[in-house]
Amino acid sequence: MSLLELRNVSKIYGSLRALDHVNIKVEKGEWLAIMGPSGSGKSTMMNIIGALDKATEGEILLDGVDIAKKSASALTDIRRDKIGLIFQQFHLVSYLTAVENVMLAQYYHSVPDEKEALEALDRVGLADRARHYPSQLSGGEQQRVCVARALINYPEIILADEPTGNLDEANEEIVVELFRRLHEDGTTLVVVTHNPEVAEVAQRTIVLRNGRVDHETINPGFTGKIKHITLQ
Amino acid sequence: MMMIAFTIALGASLATAMLSVMMDVGDKINQELKAYGANITVVPKDTSVVSELYDIGDENITDSYLKEDELGKIKTIFWTFNIVDYAPFLRTRAALESGDEVTVCGTWFNHHMDLPTGEELDAGVMSLRSWWDITEGDWPDEQAADSLEIALVGSQVAEKEGISAGDTLHVTGPAGEASLTVAGVFDAGGDEDDQIYVPLDTAQALGDLEGKVDSIEVSALTTPDNELAEKAARDPGSLSVSQYETWYCTAYASSICYQIEEVITDSVASPVRQVADSEGQILEKTQLLMILITFLSMIGAALGICNLVTASVMERSQEIGLMKAIGAHNGAITGLVLSEILCTAVIGGIGGFFAGIGFAQIIGRTVFGSAVALRPMVIPLVAVLVVIVTLIGCVPAIRMLLNLRPTEVLHGR
Repeated sequence: MSLLELRNVSKIYGSLRALDHVNIKVEKGEWLAIMGPSGSGKSTMMNIIGALDKATEGEILLDGVDIAKKSASALTDIRRDKIGLIFQQFHLVSYLTAVENVMLAQYYHSVPDEKEALEALDRVGLADRARHYPSQLSGGEQQRVCVARALINYPEIILADEPTGNLDEANEEIVVELFRRLHEDGTTLVVVTHNPEVAEVAQRTIVLRNGRVDHETINPGFTGKIKHITLQ
Repeated sequence: MMMIAFTIALGASLATAMLSVMMDVGDKINQELKAYGANITVVPKDTSVVSELYDIGDENITDSYLKEDELGKIKTIFWTFNIVDYAPFLRTRAALESGDEVTVCGTWFNHHMDLPTGEELDAGVMSLRSWWDITEGDWPDEQAADSLEIALVGSQVAEKEGISAGDTLHVTGPAGEASLTVAGVFDAGGDEDDQIYVPLDTAQALGDLEGKVDSIEVSALTTPDNELAEKAARDPGSLSVSQYETWYCTAYASSICYQIEEVITDSVASPVRQVADSEGQILEKTQLLMILITFLSMIGAALGICNLVTASVMERSQEIGLMKAIGAHNGAITGLVLSEILCTAVIGGIGGFFAGIGFAQIIGRTVFGSAVALRPMVIPLVAVLVVIVTLIGCVPAIRMLLNLRPTEVLHGR
């Protein structure tokens, strides 16, 4: 059974079909990249998979449960328990330190545990920056805090929306390396990106166009590493 | 948050000031109105009946009297501390040297009494009729050695008889005569200007009425009448036990009158309606004005809070969207925002409360010339008002927060 399955999912805004009968399957532990030009429906799909928005029609099976008809409150619980979200613009709370930002996700999930939050920051290489505020961190460091925040509650799937969109090449490499390690650890990753280099490092890439799945490619030589960057 | 705290402080300070003044204004206005004279008259029961039957004014001399030795008992009633001042009157007719007859009225000017309770009291027309204009001389001093041979002459008598302050006046009453030194001439602007005021003992000697007075005027701090007071004024016997207790233990003019009748034998005490009603109306209108200002200040504060909290939520929309995205329910976020605002409200409210006490003192000193007492009741009232106004002010922001969709604020591309 797939971890995530979209069956004939459509999202309609007035006369616009942002998603048009999309069918996708994501297996447990898979690293999937979703690509497409602007307006192709990438963000809409991200919102629907991330339980941030509801589909107009179709079924969304997450771990075998159809979340398409769930209430807003139930979707909140699903986001809290099963999904880790990473955003292009980081969205860290400016008046909280890095470790407090990670603990924020714990707070709404269960009980804040600073030790565990520090371990999560250590996993992303930011143990020494735990007490810094977002304004004191570089873009790459902020995104790594986001990754730690997404990981902290052990979600079943991590959704990253343009995670390297605001990063330079060096930081892009670091974040992708983090994803590779998460993948190695068995984490299911869905990464929305318009950057072919980031998409190419995934196991599989789905290309959207006009709200439909245009084509799908499997990366036969999957290494989880960006080719143009030499990792230290 | 600073602006929210400031807005709440402003509203709370106005509410504190207005409520403090409102709760204290009753006593203050009553004290001010005491300058307009007595608000209760006490006459013998027979006089009262005759007066009611034939509509005879109180300037007429009657054959019924009250007992002078009972005057001190007025300061022993339940509402003794509300009795501010009082004076007895005894009117008699007396002839002047010119042969003209005038009304000679015996009274207290500044009478000193040692009360049965052990207290001391200075009472009399000097303070009860403080608006009398002494055009010549001065008020007679009852504490002086020759206190019985002094007189205060009404301006019309003085003009007619050519009397001036310092003159000696010879008067002959029904039962005696006296030579009086004119201490002063007064202008009251009423019937009193046709009379001569002398010490009570002197009038009693002139009329052979030792130990008697024909009326008493009392100035008392009273509570404005309500339905219960009006019902009691008609017939105290019609009240139930609990109503009677409430009425008796409230400083209504009627209940004070009732208590005076209890201690003065065969007397009828009646409120002077114009004065009592004016006091009540002025008090009610002043309190209404204070309530209105409090209400308007709270509306102003609520509108200010509304704008500021909404702006704050808009400013933090990404943060709120993020919290929703990572699993915070609406209730948790609403609780977070409300607790932040309420903490701010508490800080602003405390600051405003103390500022309000200051404003109240300024109002008290400026308007009434005395400090405004802080009533403990103001504290919970202001606290409740601050909380209610803050919550009302938060309603639009909370609605906005509930309708905020994370997808609309998190994808800032």
